[in-house]
Amino acid sequence: MAAIFQGVGAAAPLSSSPSNSFDSNKSVFSPRRSFSVSKRVSFAVVRSDGKVNLNPKGRRDQRLIPNAVATNAGSAAASKQGHELLLFEALQEGLEEEMERDPRVCVMGEDVGHYGGSYKVTKGLAKRFGDLRVLDTPIAENSFTGMGIGAAMTGLRPVIEGMNMGFLLLAFNQISNNCGMLHYTSGGQFTIPVVVRGPGGVGRQLGAEHSQRLESYFQSIPGIQMVACSTPYNAKGLMKAAIRSENPVILFEHVLLYNLKERIPDEDYICNLEEAEMVRPGEHVTILTYSRMRYHVMQAAKTLVNKGYDPEVIDIRSLKPFDLYTIGNSVKKTHRVLIVEECMRTGGIGASLTAAITENFNDYLDAPIMCLSSQDVPTPYAGTLEEVTVVQPAQIVTAVEQLCQ
Amino acid sequence: MSTAFSSAKFSTQPFLLNPTSAASHESPLLFAKPTSQFLGSTRKLRLSSSSKLNLSRRSGTVVAVSDVVKQKKSKSTPSLLITKEEGLELYEDMVLGRAFEDMCAQMYYRGKMFGFVHLYNGQEAVSTGFIKLLKQQDSVVSTYRDHVHALSKGVPARAVMSELFGKTTGCCRGQGGSMHMFSREHNLLGGFAFIGEGIPVATGAAFTSKYKREVLKEADCDHVTLAFFGDGTCNNGQFFECLNMAALWKLPIVFVVENNLWAIGMSHLRATSDPQIYKKGPAFGMPGIHVDGMDVLKVRQVAKEAIGRARRGEGPTLVECETYRFRGHSLADPDELRDPAEKAHYAARDPITALKKYLIENNLAGEAELKAIDKKIDEVVEDAVEFADDSPVPPRSQLLENVFADPKGFGIGPDGRYRCEDPKFTEGTAHV
Repeated sequence: MAAIFQGVGAAAPLSSSPSNSFDSNKSVFSPRRSFSVSKRVSFAVVRSDGKVNLNPKGRRDQRLIPNAVATNAGSAAASKQGHELLLFEALQEGLEEEMERDPRVCVMGEDVGHYGGSYKVTKGLAKRFGDLRVLDTPIAENSFTGMGIGAAMTGLRPVIEGMNMGFLLLAFNQISNNCGMLHYTSGGQFTIPVVVRGPGGVGRQLGAEHSQRLESYFQSIPGIQMVACSTPYNAKGLMKAAIRSENPVILFEHVLLYNLKERIPDEDYICNLEEAEMVRPGEHVTILTYSRMRYHVMQAAKTLVNKGYDPEVIDIRSLKPFDLYTIGNSVKKTHRVLIVEECMRTGGIGASLTAAITENFNDYLDAPIMCLSSQDVPTPYAGTLEEVTVVQPAQIVTAVEQLCQ
Repeated sequence: MSTAFSSAKFSTQPFLLNPTSAASHESPLLFAKPTSQFLGSTRKLRLSSSSKLNLSRRSGTVVAVSDVVKQKKSKSTPSLLITKEEGLELYEDMVLGRAFEDMCAQMYYRGKMFGFVHLYNGQEAVSTGFIKLLKQQDSVVSTYRDHVHALSKGVPARAVMSELFGKTTGCCRGQGGSMHMFSREHNLLGGFAFIGEGIPVATGAAFTSKYKREVLKEADCDHVTLAFFGDGTCNNGQFFECLNMAALWKLPIVFVVENNLWAIGMSHLRATSDPQIYKKGPAFGMPGIHVDGMDVLKVRQVAKEAIGRARRGEGPTLVECETYRFRGHSLADPDELRDPAEKAHYAARDPITALKKYLIENNLAGEAELKAIDKKIDEVVEDAVEFADDSPVPPRSQLLENVFADPKGFGIGPDGRYRCEDPKFTEGTAHV
């Protein structure tokens, strides 16, 4: 469980309800559950699977809250021991557990085998499972993605790695035409249970082509799901859920988040692919974000809290489809929305989200939705310029102040 | 490499089967110039005898398929290539393909089917020659010219015709159409609209076969995959990338090139620097064979060897079938560019006529028997049309099914329930 909590005098954690690992295999269409908050404290302990039903009357408490930010080091709730690891290790653990559990799960990609993966996500797997199950492919993205799809149609469950997400542009043909559409055009005869994953996002001066965010390009493809991980907990959970899912899933990782450390549970758990994660409940404004921008937002939240604001931060996690329930509940409560993303402004996830919120929750909005995205600029190499293309915490603070006037 | 290896020298000249006679007993000439010219070409084909391939690296691994065929022929002199049963099966399959495609044209012009329809007339020998050697568990991957591949693989004519009419009883519930024929039962993995797209999928199916044998320890899994595609595709990156991967991992796959000399209006010779496609196989370490694709018996011989190779785990083969489509690229193509002389040349080599002649001349079947088959096929095709006509169109409620294998992928709606639980979903009226 993520160690995200706030509240003066640490509250007892929410009771270890059986649904903290939302096992999508068991309950297919189970309705969302809600927990009641312990009355002793003003804020609840939030697990990163994010099911919290806050006091509906709302509290406009202006106290300074010292621990407003997600604390990543291992301050886990007392009930579970867990083990500490880095995000790339969490991904590896998830992948390894699924490969143990189901012999049809295999990995294909460049340098995933002997090299262990360019970000070490598949380290050690080839030694353990063999060269065929962890397949080092030649540099032919379109073809090995198609090969993964053909393998999925005939019974395997491949995890296809793009060494950098940007390389998957070369596989767009296969991802769009076959991954997304084949289940439909075959009249439901063939399923494509692939996971397409890889690191994307703006790194440290990697240059324009290695700093791409493909979520905006893939989001229109019908028939696929997209998720973005941001913490070791949800990285492992999403990896496992994606592998178990019968749908093709694109899992977006971020180059700069691989070394995040967190304590995660020892037992088996997955994170629901379609749900968003409540990072920090609040009252004044809803901030929707995903992937790396979550950390910029939480940094800005520290400043905001000191200035007296109470932002609600939601990591949307599911980029396609959007979790309109969590998002909607938040909008209904705060009436103000700020979207912070790393995607480009034009046609990005933020743009779609703005449209979805306007369509569904327009009546609840007190102000127009603000969307902070990266500039529509190829990411420059120079550090100073690169910094400016991406949203920084200071901008987030200014935006919230503007929104809450 | 398609040459028959002589004891001392490596030859660079390809070995071409004599295209003019159906059952040739001539001993193949090792260094002969090719007897088939591509008529209608803008330049004559010349073999470059100057280029010598460096075969030393590959000398052990490449098998000259035609060499084996040659040996078979020389041992048993007047033996026939097929039995009566096999001959009738082949005949029936080719006639079904031809009759079905002709009916498609009729139905298209009567407004029963729409869109892009690509007919296979003239190429039946390739489909029948290869697919009739497969088991049910073997896979076939095709292109948009896939009706006859589907029929040869065993998909009922009714299912294919319904699919073309867009009815819910079609093999893909009417959702795929002419260019997307799929059948799980018969292991037909598509039907792809973009050329080259299916080749990686076929490579994946072959990969699964190898995986099943080596990782899942299903020791008897020897499923073979056939990938069919055209001459135009052989200039596409996916073709080369997959030749590389298939040879690298010795996948049980046969790449079958249906070289009918034309993309839509682009002649193969105007698009390709080296038009001899079979030569590209050895560049990746697999045998490259050229065969007369208008002769079902020759295709079948080559196919037997190539499929056998794949089944035994010896790796992929590239087979180039020289064939021809009698109609335009699609029913929308006026087909004005092709030289009538070229069309006449290949019409004279109609594979069905050739097989009929062979069967009769070798006393494998009589005229009456063959006519009976013709009649039977006519009835099958008529029945297919009737069935398709009488079938219902897909109801609105079918719209949102099959988008996701797990419909939770539509997400969670504002009310907290999964959107697929909304009754509008099952009605097909919800907006996604």
